[in-house]
This record gives sequence, C-alpha cells and structure tokens, in this order.
Amino acid sequence: MKTHPTSATFPSNASTALADPILQRALGNLKKGFPVKRAEVVADLPEFEALRDVARDIKDHTLNHLDAYLEIYEANVVQSGGQVHWARTAEEACETVMTICRDAGARIVTKGKSMVAEEIGLNNYLDTRGIERVETDLGEYIIQLRDEPPSHIIVPAVHVTKEQIGETFRAAHDGLDPNRDLTEPRDITDEARDRLRQKYFAAEVGITGANFLVAENGSSIIVTNEGNGDLTQTLAKVHIVVASLEKLVPTMEDAIAVLRLLARSSTGQEFSVYTTVSNGPKRPADLDGPEAYHVVLVDNGRTAMLGTENQDMLRCIRCAACMNHCPVYGAVGGHAYGWVYPGPMGAVLTPSLIGIENSGHLPHASTFCGHCEQVCPMKIPLTKMMRHYRNRAYASGHGSKIGRIALGAWSYLAARPALYRWVTKIAARGLGWFAGRRGSLSRVPLAGGWTEMRDLPAPEGETFMERYDRESRRKPRQEPRQEPQSGLGQ
Amino acid sequence: MSAAREQILSGIRKSLGRGPLDETGMAPIRQRLQAPSRHIIPARVNLDAEGLVALFISKAKGVSASVDEVADMAAAPQAVARYLIKENLPARLVQAPGLADMDWSVAPTIEVRSGLAEEPDEVGLTPAVAGVAETGTLLLASGPETPTTLNFVPATHIVVLRRDQIVGPYEDAWDHLRANAEAAGSQPRAANFITGPSRTGDIEQKIEIGVHGPLRLHIVIVER
Ligand code: SF4
Repeated sequence: MKTHPTSATFPSNASTALADPILQRALGNLKKGFPVKRAEVVADLPEFEALRDVARDIKDHTLNHLDAYLEIYEANVVQSGGQVHWARTAEEACETVMTICRDAGARIVTKGKSMVAEEIGLNNYLDTRGIERVETDLGEYIIQLRDEPPSHIIVPAVHVTKEQIGETFRAAHDGLDPNRDLTEPRDITDEARDRLRQKYFAAEVGITGANFLVAENGSSIIVTNEGNGDLTQTLAKVHIVVASLEKLVPTMEDAIAVLRLLARSSTGQEFSVYTTVSNGPKRPADLDGPEAYHVVLVDNGRTAMLGTENQDMLRCIRCAACMNHCPVYGAVGGHAYGWVYPGPMGAVLTPSLIGIENSGHLPHASTFCGHCEQVCPMKIPLTKMMRHYRNRAYASGHGSKIGRIALGAWSYLAARPALYRWVTKIAARGLGWFAGRRGSLSRVPLAGGWTEMRDLPAPEGETFMERYDRESRRKPRQEPRQEPQSGLGQ
Repeated sequence: MSAAREQILSGIRKSLGRGPLDETGMAPIRQRLQAPSRHIIPARVNLDAEGLVALFISKAKGVSASVDEVADMAAAPQAVARYLIKENLPARLVQAPGLADMDWSVAPTIEVRSGLAEEPDEVGLTPAVAGVAETGTLLLASGPETPTTLNFVPATHIVVLRRDQIVGPYEDAWDHLRANAEAAGSQPRAANFITGPSRTGDIEQKIEIGVHGPLRLHIVIVER
C-alpha cells in the first residue's frame, strides 16, 4: 500500500494540493456541478426547508432511543432470516466480516461503496487475508486500481481526470486491446462494465453499506445510481451489510422523509436511480437472491458521542452537501484532510472518532462562512461544532505557537479594558501612519500568512471605543428600557 | 448474547444517562412502529388520477426513461416488439413468471423465456408494484414470480405498469407493498425503487447513462 497523507499534516497536504494543476481542474468541475443542480431541485420542492426540520427530529428521536430501536431492529432482522453481529471496534467489525467470508469459502468478494468500510479499514484487512476484493462502484473501482483512498464521500475519484483513468485501465486490465479507445467517459464506463460483469457472478460474498436501517421491518436500504450495489447483493451467495449504529430510523415513513432530502442535497437529483430495501436472505420459493444475510453493526466510537456536544453529528446522512459547498474543500480537495471523511463533516467527525490529538488542524480548515450549515439537510451545526473543537485543540495545547502567544496576549488585554484601549489606540495610530496615503499594508508582523495573498486595509487613525465615546458625547445616550423583571435571581 | 452487544447497549444507555426504557418509555416507540405516520407529503402530488399519470410520465422521461401507452394488456406485446425494433435490439427477452398471462402470439417473432436473468440475457420484462408520480419512480418487489435479477442484469429493462398503479407519493406505493406483504404473510426480500436507467457521474462529473445496471428503462403503461 502507498503511504497517504494523514490528518496531522493538513497544512502541508493543503499546500501540495493547491499547487497540483490536475487536482485544481477536477475540483473546478465539482464546483460547477453539484451545487448548481442542488439549487435547481431544491427550488423545485417548496417543502424542502420544512423537511429539514422533520429529518432532524426523526434522527434526534431515534438517537435518544437508540438502544430500544436497535433491539427491535435486531429482532426483525432475525425474524426475516438474517443475522445481526455487533462490533464495538473497527477491528471487531473487520474480524466479523472476515469470519463470515471464511465460512462462506469466499475467494472473490464484491463490494459496493461504503464509507464505514473505509473507516474501519476493511479493504486492507480483506486484501491482506487472501481475499480478492472487487470494488464495484465505478469511482471506488478506479481508486482501487490506483491504490488511493477516496477524496470525496459521494464521488470518490473526483480528483482523477479521464486521461488518468484511461492510463490506469490500460495498466491494470490484462488482455485489453491496445486499440480500444478509452478517451471519453463513455468508453471508460463500458470497459468497467465489461470487466466487472463476470465478478458479480463469481463472487461468493457481496458487501454493501447501508444508508438506512429500518427498525419497523429489519430492512437495510442502499441508495445508488449505478446498479452495482444491487448486482453485488443479488448475485453473491452471501450478502453482508456493514452499517454504523446511527443509520437506524424507526419506520419506512421516516426513511422516506429523509430520502426526499438525500439525493437532492447530494448529487442534485430528485431521487437516486436505485433505492433498494433489502430484507433478509432469499425466500424458499424465490428464484434469486443471496442465501444468507448478515448485518455487521459498527459502533467504533458512536456510543461515546451520544449525550455529548458531538451527538448532533450522528444525524449525518453522508450526503456531501457540506463539502460540495465548502471553499476550503473546493480549494484543497479531500486527500488533504488525511482521513476517510473530508470537508466540514470530516472536520467535525474525524476528531470525534480518531481524537483531536490526531486531527487538531481539521477544525481550523474552515473560513466559518457557514455555507455548510445552510445546506446541511440534517441541520447539523457544523461551524459551532468546529469552534468547539478549536477550543479543545487550543486547551489541550494543539495549534500554532504564534497563534497561542497572540491569543494569550489578547485575552490578557481583553480582561483589562483600560490597558486594552491604550494599546489599541497606539496600534491603530501606528498602523495608520505606516500605511501612509496608500491606506493599506502589504505586510504586518505575525500575519505574514494572511498578508501573503492580500493587503490589510489600515485603520483610519481612531479606535472603535474612541469613536463611540466621541459620538455618545454628541448625542445623549438613550436610557435602556426597563424590562419587567422575571423571577430569576430573586 | 454477545459481550459486544451488551456493551454497546449499556454504553448507549450510559451516554444517554438512563437505564433501559420501562413500559412507559417504550409506549411512544411501540406506537410509532405500529401505526407509522407520514411526514410532509410534497404538494406536487395533489392531483387527480389523470394528473398523476401525466406527472409520472414527465418525471420518468426527465430521468431518461422512455414511456409508451397502450389500451390494454393484449396490446402490450406489440408495444414491446415495436420498442425492440426501434432500439435495434434482438427479438429475445426473459420475462417475469408473474407475466405468464401475456399473450405473445400477436408478436410471434419474439423469443420469450420465463424465469430469472443471467448473462448474456439482454432484455428483461417485469411488472411493478406501483409507479410513483412524485419523481417518476417505479416500485418493484422480489418474489417467486418476480426475480430481482431481471431488473439489473439485462442491459434493457422493460416494465409493464397498469395505469391504476400510478400513485402520488412513495408512501402510497409502500402501502401497496405492505398490503401485498400482509396478504402473502411475509415481506419481499427486496423492494426496488427505480428512477430511470443506471447512471454515473464518477468520471469528471460527466453524467453517463448505463453503468452496471440497465442502459435503457422502458415503461409500458397499460390503460386497463
Ligand atoms: S454534515 Fe450534513 S451536509 Fe455534510 S454530509 Fe453530513 S448530512 Fe450531508
């Protein structure tokens, strides 16, 4: 396996990404695509805003009763002939999947796109234990051949150009006719379709993720466009669903309400091509379908997020709207984030799952423009949560030295108003004098990073407090209105 | 039961700051599951039967499905034959056993097999549980009469849908499926909501129709 950037080195990952012209072209496509389509389909559904509140409430209700719903869900899976396996950690989840594969005598395992599988490191786990793992989602297949991690949670190969894919296929596909044209996306798609066909039929085990688990009937739901997930789970002898605990919803009606938001927020489709509700193994009289159905329920840090300020993040449905609209993601792409989950959702989820000590930079990968929060269908307060992690990172001694000194100095001054006024007065005058007639500064001590790309408009020679005092001397200050006293503090 | 199970459940309760729910705590949960209630239904489906059919057709076409309308079941085989010729496809298909009533004698050139789909079957023909006007979506359910492979393996999927199966929102379609399941005594193994032929945007965000699933989705709407 190649070595890949880690979350701990976000700043240098980001610099490399900004200097990569191919990546920048790919990210340009992303910005023109999803956000525009999303805006169109959202405008076409006047109920969209109200549905966001509904979706938030559905998930909050489920999370607050998660133990009860999980038990009911499990009983219903068993009732329909399936099995549920509980995994506390990534390691336990991988072992469970591997045991099922071994019991099924699996040599070839087909796999649909699953973010939680990435999270638990399932790919590498299977690869190093003699399993031929075949990714069947086109984007996942491309990055599998290139031995790269996904750079986006919906379009994992968004960082790769068609020319690069053509080269990758030529290098990896034995017996490929050298004259076969692989220039256009259509040619590449056809080649992938041909290659993967035989694998679906040959696989003993098919692994998919889940977008929802439904307590009411013990079903799992996957939402896809390519049809690979359905071929994976229908044609293999054994279907394994790998899903994290928070995928649960109580009823089909609840799932449908959230589904109305998912595709719109994600790819800007009104509904994805395939929304598949799977329930247990093949029935006795059925002609096709898997003979066994397993669900591996993954905790891996979720239960610890419940009841804390991180619980809101468990509402996430992995739609990617936040990263599609994020200026930081749009500039540096997904790999810079160094772990499975990029963009604003990653900046919050990654520290929750792998610890702020391993990802202290990520909550800083934001301009706080708040766009992520505006588009998040589940109304997750992403910026508030990032701020929380910034505070935690600061409190535990992570963050830049200059930043820490500057913040330390500022908080000393802020607690001493007279000193604060005096220092800011001098600074404002000083900066104004340095800027001279140009009115802006191209360099400021300690802010080299900021002024490298732009000029700082200079203060106009007076502080806010000075002006406030001057203005209030002119106009008599309004007396604050007397509010009726509440019982508080009595 | 497994140690992991117990630890996860008790971990959840600890985080939520409570023990297992008692009968009073469980009551709202039981009620929610027993009588699932609908959330907001988009106003766009507030139409009469005629309007729903028109919405279904325009939405289905909008996601690259093709649609044909015929007067009755007897006319369906000819509509299928016409489509195969128009798309330059072989005169050979696999149909769902559930469509055994279709009388192919009117289209004698077509070779019809009944059963599941395998490689290299090129055309699959199936019925549906419902058509959802909201987004031009079909709902199909697996069963002995309707194998799922027909929906995904052949490059062309043709669906016969009765006009009176077209409903407004997904919830109506799911209620049909629930009613069928209750009558049959078990849920289908798979229920597929299908909205157009398969597609991908994985290569430079350019939409390509036809990836691993069907390249073509054709819907024949039967009046009665
Ligand atoms: S945080 Fe919100 S916008 Fe981002 S992936 Fe999750 S649900 Fe979607």
